[in-house]
Amino acid sequence: MSATAASLMQGPGSHVRPQDSLFLRLYGPRGWSILAICSVIAFVVFPLLHLAAPASSAFHVSSFWVTLVGKIMCYAIVALALDLVWGYTGILSLGHGLFFALGGYGMGMYLMRQIGREGQYQSNLPDFMVFLDWKDFPWQWWNTDQFWWAVLLAVAVPGLLAFVFGYFAFRSRVKGVYFSIITQALTFAAMLLFFRNNTGFGGNNGFTDFKRILGFSVTAPHTRMALFCITAFFLIGTLLLARWVVTSKFGRVLTAIRDAEARAMFCGYNTVHYKVAIFTVSAVLCGIAGALYVPQVGIINPSEMSPANSIEIAIWVAVGGRGSLAGAILGAGLVNGAKSFFTVAFPEYWLFALGAIFIGVTLFMPRGVVGVLHRK
Amino acid sequence: MAAFFLSFQAHALDPGAVEKLAFGDGDEKIEAIGVLVAEGDPKAAELLKAFAEGELQTSGKQVFIVRGDKAIDASTGKPTALPKEREDVVANNRLRGAVASALGAFKLASEDRNERLAATRALADAPAAMLPLIRKALEKETDPEIRGLLELTAAGMELKDGPKEARLAAIRKLAAAENPNTKTLLLEAASDPDEDIRREAQQSLRAVDGRLALGEWLGLAFAGISLGSILLLAALGLAITYGLMGVINMAHGELIMIGAYTTYVVQGFFRNSPLFDWYLAAAVPAAFVVSALVGMALERSVIRWLYGRPLETLLATWGISLVLIQAVRTLFGAQNVQVENPAFMSGGIQVLSNLVLPWNRIVIIFFALAVLVAMWLLLSKTKLGLHIRGVTQNRAMADCVGVPTARVDTWAFGLGSGIAGLAGCALSQVGNVGPDLGQGYIVDSFLVVVFGGVGQLAGTVYAALVLGFANKLLESWSGAVLAKIAVLVFIIFFIQRRPQGLFALKGRAVEA
Repeated sequence: MSATAASLMQGPGSHVRPQDSLFLRLYGPRGWSILAICSVIAFVVFPLLHLAAPASSAFHVSSFWVTLVGKIMCYAIVALALDLVWGYTGILSLGHGLFFALGGYGMGMYLMRQIGREGQYQSNLPDFMVFLDWKDFPWQWWNTDQFWWAVLLAVAVPGLLAFVFGYFAFRSRVKGVYFSIITQALTFAAMLLFFRNNTGFGGNNGFTDFKRILGFSVTAPHTRMALFCITAFFLIGTLLLARWVVTSKFGRVLTAIRDAEARAMFCGYNTVHYKVAIFTVSAVLCGIAGALYVPQVGIINPSEMSPANSIEIAIWVAVGGRGSLAGAILGAGLVNGAKSFFTVAFPEYWLFALGAIFIGVTLFMPRGVVGVLHRK
Repeated sequence: MAAFFLSFQAHALDPGAVEKLAFGDGDEKIEAIGVLVAEGDPKAAELLKAFAEGELQTSGKQVFIVRGDKAIDASTGKPTALPKEREDVVANNRLRGAVASALGAFKLASEDRNERLAATRALADAPAAMLPLIRKALEKETDPEIRGLLELTAAGMELKDGPKEARLAAIRKLAAAENPNTKTLLLEAASDPDEDIRREAQQSLRAVDGRLALGEWLGLAFAGISLGSILLLAALGLAITYGLMGVINMAHGELIMIGAYTTYVVQGFFRNSPLFDWYLAAAVPAAFVVSALVGMALERSVIRWLYGRPLETLLATWGISLVLIQAVRTLFGAQNVQVENPAFMSGGIQVLSNLVLPWNRIVIIFFALAVLVAMWLLLSKTKLGLHIRGVTQNRAMADCVGVPTARVDTWAFGLGSGIAGLAGCALSQVGNVGPDLGQGYIVDSFLVVVFGGVGQLAGTVYAALVLGFANKLLESWSGAVLAKIAVLVFIIFFIQRRPQGLFALKGRAVEA
């Protein structure tokens, strides 16, 4: 395991040169074959076991597992996105939960529109608007019955917010812990905003009770499987994109900023542009993950924006190993797998376990699981 | 009371009113309550009580009070047979409110002046149906203060419905009112179709506004100082651990929470003792010591290994905060626990009619000042303070001249944590104490420290007060949540403009 895994997990600087052909630059033969195996599992084995294997068979994969793995893949995309800014650029953003939730709300608005008149009050408006005695959709909901518009919102709103916020923050050289704290304040402010009923996004309860997506029932096994495969596709796509970024010259500059920003600046690089660019890309990836997450999980509410969630994302990356893309995916899988196990088996002890992970990883595994694997 | 009630009484209540109370619609019922109260008969009180408690039933035209298997005729008060077919008389919340104020109104006839005054105050928002009762009370009342209040209340009722002359007179009288609710009445009158009434109402309104505005502004200022003192307490500890030592302690909120729970435990020891009012005298040092010990243990076991790696410190201390929250949940349960104010801290001083300063907040303001002064003395006048400042300014040099830097770190961290415990002790007197207590303060206290300028105690003080004022000012204008959001956004912008905070140490380093 460790040898094969290690080839996927190698840092960008080991033997890759930007002038290699794109295919070889991203991964060596071993890396590509692991990726191919993962793709076959995600696109062939999993669907077959879920849809074709009878429910009584030992090989049947229940819908619980499909949702769980689908959810974790969304988290893995977020972890990759954070790894790009934290692991490679050295900026610890505590706002990635916000970008994720904004993507989710974008998709959620479309899903709410798709409920149509099947809500509790049989109105064209979502139930919470009827409840608040609103007569019409507020302006934020304009055109959200169009799928393409909702997807655009899910991607553009986090992207735009990250661009504007990042530009101002990086231009005034806010960095390190300061940046972490103000992104946390931003997330906190957004959470308070979304908790308000008047904001127009369902207040405390957020969006839930979805019925259809693009006309397909969200609870039907085939729809779930399709969403699963799309998520897997985006996860692999994100991995390749991130790999492409970090092996490019652009990625090298990012690493330089992480290791010695002042030197990079004195070498003539405008680090603000690099940081804003990677921060925006990262936010867009989070938005995509959020948009994929909501139809699978079936709910989005402001607690997704709580500062705690954003810090948890950081710990996924830390557990897997900062500065390693496969590590980010691995970390998201390990922590969330443990979370699913603990919250069912010993709900009281999950916070103890999570706390211990935070402390243990920072004290004893500064390079995460990948670092431990590499040492052997 | 029941025995008195069952005793034979020749006088019967107005049957028309009893009938209206039983069979009428909502407005008729309220009217009937007014009529019954004006009779001033104890039987009426009994009937209204029964009505509010759902003991009133009807059968055909007959109205009676049912208690267990006994029935009493409602208007005469004589026991009657209990018919088989009966229906409940339903009282909704509005009617119950009317009954409550009516029952209070019976006390207007009391011998005791204080009781009469209390009843008069309680009647201030009573429905207009109470007017006859108030008139009756005015005939007998001699105390000028009570008379004044009663006249105002009567004026408010007359303003609602009455002949034009009476309404104009009522409006003039209301100009002397100090009750904020009369303002709403006048506002209504100010948009009256009748022009005379409108003009008169606007004049009165200006008079009332002028008097209320002062109280409102003072109240706002006090709320600002109070919030500022709480923010200051929450942030002072952080000003040491983060501001001076540079440790990002995300578990700071949980150290506050531990202080609050220590107060709760100490309160438990004093529960049945005559010294209960003085439990805070024991709780304050206990909260300091417990939080300081927890903090020192954390410093020794975890934080020590992460100096110079702020982002890792952030994650590890976040993990510590999760463990602490869950530990408290396991020990004390997930529910909030009850911490009572000692007697001398409950209640408040009535400064103006619409301005009451609660004692607990006043005490906290002075407590915050005391903590601030103590901390300043400790940092500037003691050897430990000297060492802390030395290590902060130049660790290597301090080490060279023989300052035991590692031990100073532990003590300084303990000091910061102990002050967090004091903050928790103070917070337990004004808010809920639960496992999540600290989470609400962590973002705030970091922002106070960062806003004020890292490494600056004076900055922390100013920042806490400015943010407290700004928050309360915006709150009065836009509501609590939007105010909070506005303050957060303001700080985000502020830090982008001046990343060093309000009061920066000047320097020329590239890596600030």
